[in-house]
Amino acid sequence: MSETASKGQDYESSLSGASQEVAAFEDNRKGLIHRLQHALHVTPALVPLIVLVVALLIFGLTLGSRFFSPGTLTLILQQVQIVGILAAAQTLIILTAGIDLSVGAIAVFCSVIMGQFSFRYGIPPAIAIPCGLAVGTAIGAASGWLVSRVKLPPFIVTLGMWQIVLAANYLYSQNETIRSQDIRAEAPLLGLMGVRFEMGGAIVTLGVVTMIVLVIVLAYALRSTAWGRHVYAVGDDAEAAELAGVDRHRTIMSVYMLAGFICAIAGWVMIGRFGSVSPSASTGVVGNIQSITAVVIGGISLFGGRGSIWGAFFGALIVGTFELGLRMAGANAQWTYLLIGALIIGAVAVDQWIRKVTA
Amino acid sequence: MTDPILTARGLTKRYGKVTALDRCDFDLYPGEILAVIGDNGAGKSSLIKALSGAVIPDDGEIKLDGSKVNFHSPIDARAHGIETVYQTLAMSPALSIVDNMFMGREIRQQGPMGRFLRRLDKPAMERVAREKLNDLGLMTIQNINQPVETLSGGQRQGVAVARAAAFGSKVIILDEPTAALGVKESRKVLDLIQDVKARGMPIVLISHNMPHVFEVADRIHVHRLGKRLCVVNPKEISMNDAVAYMTGAKEAPGAREAA
Repeated sequence: MSETASKGQDYESSLSGASQEVAAFEDNRKGLIHRLQHALHVTPALVPLIVLVVALLIFGLTLGSRFFSPGTLTLILQQVQIVGILAAAQTLIILTAGIDLSVGAIAVFCSVIMGQFSFRYGIPPAIAIPCGLAVGTAIGAASGWLVSRVKLPPFIVTLGMWQIVLAANYLYSQNETIRSQDIRAEAPLLGLMGVRFEMGGAIVTLGVVTMIVLVIVLAYALRSTAWGRHVYAVGDDAEAAELAGVDRHRTIMSVYMLAGFICAIAGWVMIGRFGSVSPSASTGVVGNIQSITAVVIGGISLFGGRGSIWGAFFGALIVGTFELGLRMAGANAQWTYLLIGALIIGAVAVDQWIRKVTA
Repeated sequence: MTDPILTARGLTKRYGKVTALDRCDFDLYPGEILAVIGDNGAGKSSLIKALSGAVIPDDGEIKLDGSKVNFHSPIDARAHGIETVYQTLAMSPALSIVDNMFMGREIRQQGPMGRFLRRLDKPAMERVAREKLNDLGLMTIQNINQPVETLSGGQRQGVAVARAAAFGSKVIILDEPTAALGVKESRKVLDLIQDVKARGMPIVLISHNMPHVFEVADRIHVHRLGKRLCVVNPKEISMNDAVAYMTGAKEAPGAREAA
């Protein structure tokens, strides 16, 4: 053995003359492009923020003060409040490498539950609203359980859940709309999210405030708590996260339940925004695609584990800015969709490019 | 001789028709480095996964410090002081070095911010992570918050080993710790293994690299066909013999099981 061992050791003797510097974490790529790539890698919300600022500037310069007024700018916020909240829920799911097609349906169903509980059963809105929030959380829990325990793909689970919830919504409500004058007269709490404050032409509703607070709270939780780190780790590489000591099941369950809860809040905001409770609100059908659009434009990777909730917020604002700006400019509405489509593809291309830092 | 710190008796694990572990035994004594060698498919990984909680054996029992333990997840094993560096490293590439080192055992801030808002104490985590990496002497870190995916294979390995060395309290299991490393970095890891041993921590080392195994191991557990074939002393046999045992080219030396 001694001979083999000494032979085995021999090759290392030449190490004595080698450089003593070992595996330094030095970043020797100094090019401007690489720096940009690195900056984007560290702060992925930078791209949508830049796009948003540029879009605001372009519309501002072409449309002038008609666009750059407090009223118009806050109108954008009001128009994106529902999609913005749904996008917050969607962000959580997508960060775990999932996708949620049922967000809009849950929102509509929960708004219907809040309304019907109040009007059909005479339950005080102060109880009917928490009931709606609980139903949203429960639907999220069901999806989360199917994803985590039964190991079904999130796409399939939420595709099914979307249809189930939407159908349940029509069956339960008997396609009946609750009129806004009834809500104002008998259950004003349902419309609470529509309460508006006016400051020098700027109009802010409680729904908008809720959206912004929600994004701030989630940004904090994702960045500064263990739970947030676990969400990213599970989305990045679920197996590795589990081996490293993350409770994958608990993390996934918490994410789907929280997403369901947030969708229910979106349902409450819908009542405030539209004034009435309608089971056939378009959010039920297009809310999922709108929220995914905002998330993708926001630079959040559909493969999970990358991106920040601010990106989704900016993504929702970008869509809102395009819609309003192009409408004010008198352009055909199809231009909005065309530009949004280009943005989606561009955002994913940028995501792929950022990931190349790995190599 | 002192009692073993970690033992396994009759471990069995089947995957369908494949028997990965066939009534396998295992003993690790305090303060030693036990190398586990075996051919591909011999069941080394299944054995290690059973010991580290990543796989739940169908049969058999594991004892830590003389008392029976049932690990249902790696978290269980870690709670008992068994740290494992997996071959895949089990790191989240998009997260930072600090995040990865503290994954699943984050430090919360003192006071109300930590208690009510569950805010992480990032400065403390960064300080500890930096210390541990410096202990390892493996790297001069520019930025401890850079994502793991921007590191080279060797650097990632270093972070994973540092993580295990920092938090293991009873046993450290290293699965192929030098497989992805260059000569210099391998040397650093081997030195670190000796270092950790000097602190009295027993280590289980799985490796295909015979020179490394013969250099650091106190005893060698030869694994073949899902069970322990024999335990040999690296000072008494040659590398050729060890390879011959594990590949079945040569009959193993009789009953030395508990040696």
